[in-house]
Amino acid sequence: MSSRVEVHDLRKSFGTIVAVDGISFTVDSGEILGFLGPNGAGKSTTMRILTGYLPPDSGSVSICGIDILHRPVPAKARIGYLPEGAPLYPEMTPASFLGFVADIRGITGNGKAQRLARVAEIMHLKEVWHQPIETLSKGFKRRVGLAQAIVHDPDVLILDEPTDGLDPNQKREVRQLVRDMARDKAIIISTHILEEVHAVCTRAAIISRGRIVADGTPGELEAMSEYNHAVTIQVRADDAVSLSGAIARLPDVRKVDTLPLADRLVEITAFPAGGERIITGISRMLQEGSWDIVEVRHESGRLDEVFLSLTAGGAEEAQGGAR
Amino acid sequence: MKNIPVVYRREMASYFATPLAYVFIIIFLTLMGIFTFYLGGLFGRGQSDLQPFFVWHPWLYLFLAPALGMRLWAEERKTGTIELLMTLPVSTLEAVAGKFLAAWSMMAVSLALTFPMWITVNVLGDPDNGVIVAGYLASLLMAGSYLAVSGFVSALTRNQVIAFVVSAAVCFVFLLSGFPLVLDFFRPWLPASMVKAIAAMGFLQHFDSIIKGVLNAVDFVYFITFTALWLYAGSWAVENYRN
Repeated sequence: MSSRVEVHDLRKSFGTIVAVDGISFTVDSGEILGFLGPNGAGKSTTMRILTGYLPPDSGSVSICGIDILHRPVPAKARIGYLPEGAPLYPEMTPASFLGFVADIRGITGNGKAQRLARVAEIMHLKEVWHQPIETLSKGFKRRVGLAQAIVHDPDVLILDEPTDGLDPNQKREVRQLVRDMARDKAIIISTHILEEVHAVCTRAAIISRGRIVADGTPGELEAMSEYNHAVTIQVRADDAVSLSGAIARLPDVRKVDTLPLADRLVEITAFPAGGERIITGISRMLQEGSWDIVEVRHESGRLDEVFLSLTAGGAEEAQGGAR
Repeated sequence: MKNIPVVYRREMASYFATPLAYVFIIIFLTLMGIFTFYLGGLFGRGQSDLQPFFVWHPWLYLFLAPALGMRLWAEERKTGTIELLMTLPVSTLEAVAGKFLAAWSMMAVSLALTFPMWITVNVLGDPDNGVIVAGYLASLLMAGSYLAVSGFVSALTRNQVIAFVVSAAVCFVFLLSGFPLVLDFFRPWLPASMVKAIAAMGFLQHFDSIIKGVLNAVDFVYFITFTALWLYAGSWAVENYRN
């Protein structure tokens, strides 16, 4: 059984700039893979190769078992794609534009009318259905872009920064739409917004300088953070020194950070040695002691910290760590 | 090839969704009228034919065709819609052909709307209508050749002004390639046979012989072949100049 999307050792350079440097992955039906990476990491170039817009220098892409390099038209027929920035023909209306896409995708007759009505409903486009696209708000334009990607109910959905430039409500709406479609599709979305990974993705691949430096569920990626299973305590400043000293003496604690806050409070963060849970020991100690504690928090790892450490140097060390 | 009509219809709709189609047709007809009556002296010649009309076509197309052709791909590249179009299940050749046919239709519609001239010469005299039909056909084929060149150039840039200027320049070279202006450039460093071949490539000789009533299949085949070759080159350019 082959996966919906199989990508093997893609490479692509523009002149002396290496944009994609040996990327391989697979995506199955029901999965939402998030491409995570700083701007210029190679996310868009990878997506352009996947959708058959750019040829790779080497490597292969197979969509539902069809090689996109050798049989581009049937492979493209299985993909819905939202390019970066959601380009659209400004003088067309959603009705004429989506009709055009349906025609090219071979959806005709009754099926076409039904499908367009359905897409208009899913994307809430009815009120602007006959307005020129250039007169629409950004949120509507993005929805038209998403609508053209799903007109044919594709097996593979590839969305390049689908929420970029939208307001928080629109972002939430688009994420909900993507989640709703995930059941029977393989979906790849790219983003540089970390919260999106939690909100949408079942799996995330962090891309840096054209390479995948980590690939796993959001939870697995977080586990790579040194904050994973760390304990953060807020305490009155008078007690801070004695408490941090006591925590540092616990056997499983590797290191203790202190951070002065406002209102004479201090935040103490204890990092575990070897990824063990240390909250049990610490909470027992807190109950027995007489420190003036304001808050205790168990950390589950911080994606932003993992992202930073992987994308700004230190990439080699973590490579393949979370598979 | 089933997607050629789909691409064609979208292009045509977009010409008529904007003032482009109307502006183009009006300018086309106005210029044709001015050149034919004032500079060509259609009435003053005392002859009932459309020679003074057709004789200006190669020169007017020199900028009318690039004006239509410049946007074919440069605009799609500028707005990014080329990425949308070329990731749909449509082959490059289908897209190139659909776009070309739409632009060519714009030229054909404009040309067809010059029919009052034909009526005029028939009312005033007794022209050889066979030569006039051949003239219209030659004009249409030549327009296609200009557009095919413009479409190719347009696929190489995202700047429509550059597409226009370069297309016009390339068309100008082909227009005059039978004349000393172009031939003198090649003569010093190409063998005589090659220079002769270049001389035979000019639009003007082929077009002139048709409108003068010398109907030779070679002249028609020339324009058709020329157009097909440049469309093929255009398809190659769209494939290979993506970023």
